[in-house]
Amino acid sequence: MAVTQAGTHTSAHRRRVVITGIGVIAPGGLGTKAFWSTLTAGRTATRAITHFDASTFRSRIAGEADFDPAAEGLGPQELRRMDRAAQFAVVAAREALTDSGLEDTGRAPHRTGVAIGSAVGATISLDREYAVVSDSGATWTVDHRYAMPHLYDWFVPSSLAREVAWVAGAEGPSAVVSAGCTSGIDSVGHATELIREGSADVMITGATDAPISPITVACFDAIKATTPRNDDPEHASRPFDRTRNGFVLGEGCAMFVLEELEHARARGAHVYAEIAGFAGRCNAYHMTGLRPEGREMAEAIRVALDEARIPPERIDYINAHGSGTKQNDRHETAAFKHSLGAHAYATPVSSIKSMIGHSLGAVGSIEIAASALAMEHGVVPPTANLHEADPECDLDYVPLVAREHRTDTVLTVGSGFGGFQSAMVLTRPDRRAA
Amino acid sequence: MSARAVVTGLGVAAPNGLGTEEYWKATLRGESGIGPLTRFDASTYPARLAGEVTGFHAPDHIPGRLLPQTDHMTRLALVAADFSLADAGADPEKLPEYGMSVVTANSYGGFEFGQRELEKLWSQGGSHVSAYQSFAWFYAVNTGQISIRHGMRGPSGVLVTEQAGGIDATGHARRHIRKGTPFVLTGGVDGALSPWGWTAYLSVGELSTREDPRRAYLPFDADASGWVPGEGGAVLTVEDEEFARERGAGRPYGEIAGYASGVDPRPDSGRPPVLRRVIEQALADAGLGPRDIDVVFADAAGVPEPDRIEAEAVTAVFGERGVPVTAPKTLVGRLAAGGSALDTATALLALRDGVIPPTAHVTDPAPGCAGLDLVLGAPREARLRTALVLARGTGGFTAALVVRALDGPWPRSA
Repeated sequence: MAVTQAGTHTSAHRRRVVITGIGVIAPGGLGTKAFWSTLTAGRTATRAITHFDASTFRSRIAGEADFDPAAEGLGPQELRRMDRAAQFAVVAAREALTDSGLEDTGRAPHRTGVAIGSAVGATISLDREYAVVSDSGATWTVDHRYAMPHLYDWFVPSSLAREVAWVAGAEGPSAVVSAGCTSGIDSVGHATELIREGSADVMITGATDAPISPITVACFDAIKATTPRNDDPEHASRPFDRTRNGFVLGEGCAMFVLEELEHARARGAHVYAEIAGFAGRCNAYHMTGLRPEGREMAEAIRVALDEARIPPERIDYINAHGSGTKQNDRHETAAFKHSLGAHAYATPVSSIKSMIGHSLGAVGSIEIAASALAMEHGVVPPTANLHEADPECDLDYVPLVAREHRTDTVLTVGSGFGGFQSAMVLTRPDRRAA
Repeated sequence: MSARAVVTGLGVAAPNGLGTEEYWKATLRGESGIGPLTRFDASTYPARLAGEVTGFHAPDHIPGRLLPQTDHMTRLALVAADFSLADAGADPEKLPEYGMSVVTANSYGGFEFGQRELEKLWSQGGSHVSAYQSFAWFYAVNTGQISIRHGMRGPSGVLVTEQAGGIDATGHARRHIRKGTPFVLTGGVDGALSPWGWTAYLSVGELSTREDPRRAYLPFDADASGWVPGEGGAVLTVEDEEFARERGAGRPYGEIAGYASGVDPRPDSGRPPVLRRVIEQALADAGLGPRDIDVVFADAAGVPEPDRIEAEAVTAVFGERGVPVTAPKTLVGRLAAGGSALDTATALLALRDGVIPPTAHVTDPAPGCAGLDLVLGAPREARLRTALVLARGTGGFTAALVVRALDGPWPRSA
């Protein structure tokens, strides 16, 4: 079978791509097991911000991960070199590799690539270093003599992909995919395309963001995108509820081992799910605004289903973007109706951001992990804090309590600043015609 | 299903020329865009030269409502996109909304904008931060703004691989075309010329500290002393060949014939850099052998060790002095993701005019680079059909692109 990197296939059947390893760092617990336990318990992990003194900010709540990088095995030089987002990525990538059973022996380095999503890269380190070199904003001509030697790596988030490539021994096509809050779907979609076209057999992919820093909190305050419900942090993230008034910032990471299906079968790997369809569209409307009808997200969903060769009626569960802003939740509810028709009303839809907050670029990958685990366990996670739905949000959002539900096919979506709209369809490889 | 991806438009914003033909003429004449920093007071820094885009007055090019919400490099990207569409003779209003994509590469986001907002945050408090900060600085900003400005609703995105980004984005644009999106704006525009950005550049420890703009950035030279950062880049209009023909586009500059990428192993792994393998894969992807390549546009780090690694890889594939090699970026500095996009544009202009622009200022190749047939001193006329463009980014991100001129006549209208 003649294959060229980035080339098209000469083989008659197309290569299929499956998830064989998962690693998660999320608020509420480290590791895939703790993550799934949080979700299925319907437990919220949002709280008053502890990462820094947030007392002067409008929104002072976040989903924070209790992550101790030294306890996770990172050495002193790694701790110095890596921003928190990179630390997440490395630890989660190790979990995913171990989970896949694909240790770094026996893999061809040039057939292994990396695609990491991140919206804001090393923003905590940049914020902190800026304060040092400017002496708390005292001078425009900042003093380079106080800068860390790794500052350039923090400026340029491709360093995240390099760190993961070093962990995985990967030398194939590698990149950071940075499309704002759809980065975590788009990176996995990108990795899927690279395997399909024959540029790689294995991809370490996923997304990471650690945005809980003064500058990020300030810029979402400025546009009132985050909720000011500071007196009730555990119940502040309220997707689809009529009392919702903004999202809760989060942090975290999910990493996956993606493999070509035959590659996985040949070694007897456990397959969580197949990445059956992926599509992105732009609304070309506004950097932060959404039009209520959800037309471009609906188009992304239609194209992803088409690529998966799956009719809308086969969707068993929708993992929503569900950020908890007024406009988002209406926008995507409309998009589900446009793309799935009557089936939208018959399908459980939930937002795990109700429990872990919105970790910007990372969350799309964390939601892919939740989707794969929903298929694995036959349980769909709930939308916490949903007591009275917005009348314009009239689908089945699985309020409060997880639900046993046979799930063979999942749609997961994302929407982000810049106008990006992404959709991905996951399914069981044995339930889909080749 | 192997649609040909052809380049029908180029839009350049470079330190030695704003506008594609302005840049190309300046490059062939050897006019340098590298000079003492003027954007900010650099007198306290050990490196003080940069490639700045001069003569750019944003209100002449950008609608007033966009000025408060855009960083300097985003304004340059919007202008380069305008130039590229005009060059392609394409009116986005007349093209299918979901058939147009934007895929740009970026390395820094809007860090000059970001420095102003960080200054407000730390000196005055969070409530003084601009409502635009949430998107003006982030890495996806150029793609988002370009898609909004031109109503492009197809699959879009942003890749970050430092210097390799312009090539990786172009390779990804071809992927979109093969999957059925016929019209893609791609490439990259980068730059972080503010004191905060400059501090990050300095942290790499590779900037040339020389004062003479002609002696600061000398890749492959025995006197190499580091590199000079620059700003700008290029936006390429890449189309499905049939789509371009049907809409009556002018003759394309060439096709995206081959692409490959990879990332270097850990420095302590004992494994070799990936550049040679990536070049070989890009040639194989194009269905070409080393003898089919007429010119190589080098990454040209300007630092002895990576220069030697690049020279060894090129020599290993093409033989001693087996192919002309050039680095016209010696006139503009290293533009991160914008650099490999600009090199791709330059390669296509070279194919069009049958002339290889020289590597400026280099006079005395280092012994480890003696195997290269460097084009020095003056442009070299040659019959050019194919060019190979190379990039190696910080962190080991490596990419190679083969562009090839089209054969035969091109009808202006069907």
